[in-house]
Amino acid sequence: MYKKRVTQILSYFFIIFFTTFSNVKATDECFEGFSRAIFKFNMAFDEAIFEPVAKGYNKLPNPIKKGTSNFTSNISTLLSIPNSLLQGNFKQLGHATGSVIINTSVGVLGLMNPAEKMGLKAHKEDVGQTLGFYGIGTGCYFVLPILGPTTARDSIGLIADTFIDPFAHITIRENELLGVSGNSLDYYSVKGTSAIDFRSENLTSFDSLEKNSLDLYSSYKSVYLQNRENKIKNSTSDQEDWDNLDK
Amino acid sequence: MKRLGIFLFILFFSISTSIFAYSTNPREFVDELVNEAIDILSDKNLNEEQKIAFVEKIALENVDIKALGLYTLGVLRKSSSDEDIKNYQNSFEKYFLKSLTSRLTDYSSSKFEILGDDKKSANTTIVNSKVTPIDGGPEIKIDWRIYTKNQEKPLIRDLIVEGLSLARVQKEEFASILSSNNNDIKKLIDKLDEFIQN
Repeated sequence: MYKKRVTQILSYFFIIFFTTFSNVKATDECFEGFSRAIFKFNMAFDEAIFEPVAKGYNKLPNPIKKGTSNFTSNISTLLSIPNSLLQGNFKQLGHATGSVIINTSVGVLGLMNPAEKMGLKAHKEDVGQTLGFYGIGTGCYFVLPILGPTTARDSIGLIADTFIDPFAHITIRENELLGVSGNSLDYYSVKGTSAIDFRSENLTSFDSLEKNSLDLYSSYKSVYLQNRENKIKNSTSDQEDWDNLDK
Repeated sequence: MKRLGIFLFILFFSISTSIFAYSTNPREFVDELVNEAIDILSDKNLNEEQKIAFVEKIALENVDIKALGLYTLGVLRKSSSDEDIKNYQNSFEKYFLKSLTSRLTDYSSSKFEILGDDKKSANTTIVNSKVTPIDGGPEIKIDWRIYTKNQEKPLIRDLIVEGLSLARVQKEEFASILSSNNNDIKKLIDKLDEFIQN
């Protein structure tokens, strides 16, 4: 009962927040000073915990790393299924569904990725992207503790993800699906491992960005916003800006 | 004898030009340049100083640093004085070369492959490529924005790594510095100079 009430209050808060800020450009900040403070905290957290764990993870034998990466990636593809459906992208829906079925069965619970060898390419789709697909603006930008950069739209998406993600359905919501169920610990363990896997793959890139940046906060913001924009548009064009330069 | 000397000089010059100049075709230009860089950077007989000198040389000759500097300056490039722009360009070039060469230590042996090219406008071609680290790391897709106004001398303007434009990251970083300093270009130049000296 208490949990349900908290969820309701949070939902109301985010709806008010979202409707207030959704017309704002992504480059605009919701509350920059606060976000910069959170960013500083996140960097300290990364340095103390995340980075050392990722470095340790990188020392594991390649087959173990690859298997872990495949396993978490297969689980996160589950979220792409309802989102591809919501976007009416049936080709992508086929790729995501086929990929999960093949990797879970032939690929031994997702530890291997035979689907990729069969030509199935499952793009990661989430509710933030689906909202973007329907033309809903990003809203302003801010930084969440531990979770990192986000926008008004993506933060709503993050909450909504837990309602439509089949994996969240059987873990944090403790429901049963096709005879499978789990608990919150399973959910957060998989998400945590996925984050460590991502961090370990990007150790050099993060170091390089940190070393060569004049304002690291802005660099991360740019990287995050570009990445989200590309995922929604499925393109990476910046042609107009360059053309203006030659006029 | 004098004629023979001139002939030998021209012969040497034309041979050396054909060896060291990259192709004028954007796709071949990127392929030749990157493969040469991979050879040099993985050459164990060269020390770090020699490698830095090589990277600086190819960057100065093959990257459109001037245009990159103006692009990253954003709208301020139109409203700043000529002298400020000149000082900015000077600092930006040094900043660019320093940040480029500082990444040398990150280099690991890789296999480079051109995937295709796409002519975006009369003067711009995007060359698609992928880099596969030999140690088994994940492959990285890199798109190269090549400026071809002078068809005899293509120039690199941007690298788009896994969809992220490095020039745009730089531009947005500079925009943030400028906006928190009343759009004062001199403050940005100071920041660049600070980075160069450290």
